[in-house]
Amino acid sequence: MTIFEAILLTIVTASTPLLIAALGELVTERAGVLNLGVEGMMAMGAACSFAAAVSFDSTLLGVAAGILAGAFMAALFALVVLGFAANQVGSGLALTIFGLGLSGLIGAPFVGARRDPIPHVDVPILSDIPYIGRLFFEQDLFVYASFALTILIAVYLTRTRSGLTLRSIGENHTSANALGLPVLRTRFLAILFGGACAGLAGAYLALVYTRFWSPGMTAGRGWIALALVVFAAWRPGWLLIGAYIFGAATVLQLHAQAAQFGVPSQVLSAVPYLATIIALLLLSLRHGRAIGAPGSLGTPFVPDR
Amino acid sequence: MRIELTPRTSVSPVARALAPVAAFITSFLIAGFVIWLMGRSPIDAFDVYVLQPLSDPWSLQELLVKATPLALIAIGLSYCFRASLWNIGAEGQYVMGAIFGSWLALKTHGTDAGTWVLPLMLILGVIGGALYGLIPAFLKTRFGVNEILTSLMLVYVAQLTLDYLARGPWRDPKGFNFPQSVTFDTAATVPPILEAGRVHYGFVFALIAVAVTAVVLGRTLFGYRLKLTGDAPRAARFAGFSSKATVMAVFAISGGLAGLAGITEVSGQIGQIQPSISPGYGFTAITVAFLGRLNPIGILVAALVVALTFIGGESAQIMLKLPLDLTQAFQGILLLCVLAADALVSNRIRLVARGGGK
Amino acid sequence: MFSCKLFGAVAGVAVAALSATGALAQAKDKIKVGFIYVGPVGDHGWSYQHDQGRQAIEKAFPGKVTTTFVESVPEADSERAIEQLARTGHDLIFTTSFGFMEPTLKVAKKYPNIKFEHATGFKRAPNLATYAAKFHEGRYIIGQIAGKMTKSNTIGYVGAFPIPEVIAGINAFYLGAQSVNPDVKIKIVFANTWYDPAKEGDAAKALLDQGVDMLAQHTDSPAPIQAAEARGKFGFGQASDMERFAPKAQLTAIVDNWNDYYVERTKAVLDGTWKSQDVWGGIDSHMVVMSPYKNMPDDVKKLAQETEAAIKAGTLNPFKCPVIGQDGKEIECKGNGALSDEQVLGMNFYVKGIEDKIPQ
Repeated sequence: MTIFEAILLTIVTASTPLLIAALGELVTERAGVLNLGVEGMMAMGAACSFAAAVSFDSTLLGVAAGILAGAFMAALFALVVLGFAANQVGSGLALTIFGLGLSGLIGAPFVGARRDPIPHVDVPILSDIPYIGRLFFEQDLFVYASFALTILIAVYLTRTRSGLTLRSIGENHTSANALGLPVLRTRFLAILFGGACAGLAGAYLALVYTRFWSPGMTAGRGWIALALVVFAAWRPGWLLIGAYIFGAATVLQLHAQAAQFGVPSQVLSAVPYLATIIALLLLSLRHGRAIGAPGSLGTPFVPDR
Repeated sequence: MRIELTPRTSVSPVARALAPVAAFITSFLIAGFVIWLMGRSPIDAFDVYVLQPLSDPWSLQELLVKATPLALIAIGLSYCFRASLWNIGAEGQYVMGAIFGSWLALKTHGTDAGTWVLPLMLILGVIGGALYGLIPAFLKTRFGVNEILTSLMLVYVAQLTLDYLARGPWRDPKGFNFPQSVTFDTAATVPPILEAGRVHYGFVFALIAVAVTAVVLGRTLFGYRLKLTGDAPRAARFAGFSSKATVMAVFAISGGLAGLAGITEVSGQIGQIQPSISPGYGFTAITVAFLGRLNPIGILVAALVVALTFIGGESAQIMLKLPLDLTQAFQGILLLCVLAADALVSNRIRLVARGGGK
Repeated sequence: MFSCKLFGAVAGVAVAALSATGALAQAKDKIKVGFIYVGPVGDHGWSYQHDQGRQAIEKAFPGKVTTTFVESVPEADSERAIEQLARTGHDLIFTTSFGFMEPTLKVAKKYPNIKFEHATGFKRAPNLATYAAKFHEGRYIIGQIAGKMTKSNTIGYVGAFPIPEVIAGINAFYLGAQSVNPDVKIKIVFANTWYDPAKEGDAAKALLDQGVDMLAQHTDSPAPIQAAEARGKFGFGQASDMERFAPKAQLTAIVDNWNDYYVERTKAVLDGTWKSQDVWGGIDSHMVVMSPYKNMPDDVKKLAQETEAAIKAGTLNPFKCPVIGQDGKEIECKGNGALSDEQVLGMNFYVKGIEDKIPQ
């Protein structure tokens, strides 16, 4: 393996959890709901997946538990913001706080345990493609899942009736409701999906990335996922690019340090954040006006309002 | 079965006032149940968590100290949120305010510079925070770049800048190269209100911010404009209000107050520059702003309540050996309950059998 | 109660302590000991090891000592938590991170009858002692192991922040490697965090990608050594024995062992003999413990054991003069045949042979 391939490989691992979590949030936001609880749902996904994987000695059950934990947290959020029409920004933050705390309680008995690496799966033929073959087709299943999800969500949002419904609800819930579209049900499912993805991303962190549990191990990745959705202007394709730009900047700054350029490490550490801002700025310049957020994003839906 | 919401036409002020109380009771019942499951006494927990901090002059003071930055930042954020602008970068503006103000404190360190140092530091803090807040505002108004992303990303950049300064150029030359600055001179320190206590004049700033904001939002054209920009941006434009100017103004106010919080915290509470100067106040303040329903008085109360959960949480660790994670989970539940109760007051909720009338 | 004879001895010490500290020390039957941690107790590293020390106290004095801890205390907002311990009847309070220095000092001044111990700081008071460990002694040993075993002749180091403690660790590690392998190269990456497992892992991978085959770390999670294991390379555990995370890769670990010190200081408060002091313990005082040497040839193991014994006996100092700086000039020797403690504590230069620059 050349150093070039090795670096790209690390970038893939660093980008995957961001991509998965952000994809879920993208769908939620497209339905018009802003869920700032990604970090909390991700932490719960990490804790529960690790707890289940160790308890039953099964990565599969671990992943399932992570997804369920994320969805459970999302359901709680949905109850408050849909059922009671509570403020979404506040509730999302509360969800993050709750999730970080609860994940600590659940994970406490598993501090110090470890899991073996999960096997990588080769895609025959494709993995023989020079350069990119091994990179993208000799990965763990999570990476494939993240690519598949990106495509499926893109197709769903643009090519299916249900996706169209979801988008129109996100754009304007009042007129969608007047057309008889099921606003609350669609949003509930979108929130659940977002939670499940965040849970899956958490499972990736705990089962693949670090292979142990420790409190607060999400370390702000949920927030980055949120920012990436904005970066992508709510489009899955751009999300893929955004997640990989961020992941690449994170990994490359470490390589720049190892290569001894003598630049302060703080400056290099700031690169991913600045790069994201600048990339978004350039995109906005090219497109003239930036593509706006879904029209109803963040506003609670109460009929007859 | 499905849930149906209908807005209530008139909401009694009594119900509005009682909603948070009901939320408190609900969340304490949930937490009490969990604590009971863990084999501890819920009554003791309530005593340690709430009653003791509220009945002890020392903890009451600490409550004010902790609430000060939260209230200052949240008041600023309420301007943004009222205009539906999602500034989630107050943490960065807080840090930048602290950096700007501390620059003067370190410049004048060891000189006999007079009493002008502190006021100027505070002003610099406000300017630093406001300028940093203006970056996302500028990018938004000029290039249409979404403020959620820019304000959040700039948080990390501010923190790294502080980290660099504390470990590099600003570290105490006599401090064995450890990452912290000299301790500020008295002239550069926000004085305590009481001789012996830790409550400093930062709390007074918070009170002033509350009062001024109450007047601005309630009685001025600017306050009206904010509300209009948030609720109906198109109508606001028709009314001749420049939404660009509004965006710049609220981000400057919000950043300025966060910057003020940063410099008062550094010069009043911490007393020096360190690589980390905030346990996430800028983020917690977002919740405080919403808990207080974006209302100045409400925010003040919310800041005190959130401060109480921090202090109570530490007491619970010390007195009852309840893990910090439990406190955090409880904070989350409490916030969710308060927000839900608040919404319940505004809306009527009915469970309707499927196929029921629309 | 104590016998008369013992009481006499205690009283004698108490008088000495009185003159030294101005505070009246007296023996106690039952005390409370409090701890302030900067991270969660489940961090596998720094705070976890301090909590091991707390548990050792509970075990050593059953029925006599109760302990309390407050975890994840932010350094910028720690004064209240420390004071809360002081107000709730704790007799001895350990604050276990450098950033707690000023708050601990403030609270200590307010509560002159309570004993305070601050880890890794340099400000003391009659009722505030400081303690730290010479982890660089362990780093010299692992440097020798790495220097002996490297095949690519490039060794790597994941640091948290460029602060003196980390810099001194890097220098000791490199000097150790150089002592057995003069041409060895070192690559350094700062993760800019003490604790973010994924990022630490990425930093380790970056080093491994760049040809490093021996990995030392000065961040708290097992992620870096795990990365070494996954690549079939070698690494060294940090803070705690990380063998279970990397059974094939861990050559040894530098274990923080606060147990003996904490038990000793608790006993001093029980006996009324506690005095403010500045302790910098190393391998000789068991504050730094090397976990069993594994996965290495016998000759390397023998070398490591000999070096450990020499450091323990005081015949070997990682920073024995002359120490040459990056510019080839000799560093002024302010200690007795080696750099002085102050020079090591405040170390802000790389030694000759390290090609990187300290990020300023």
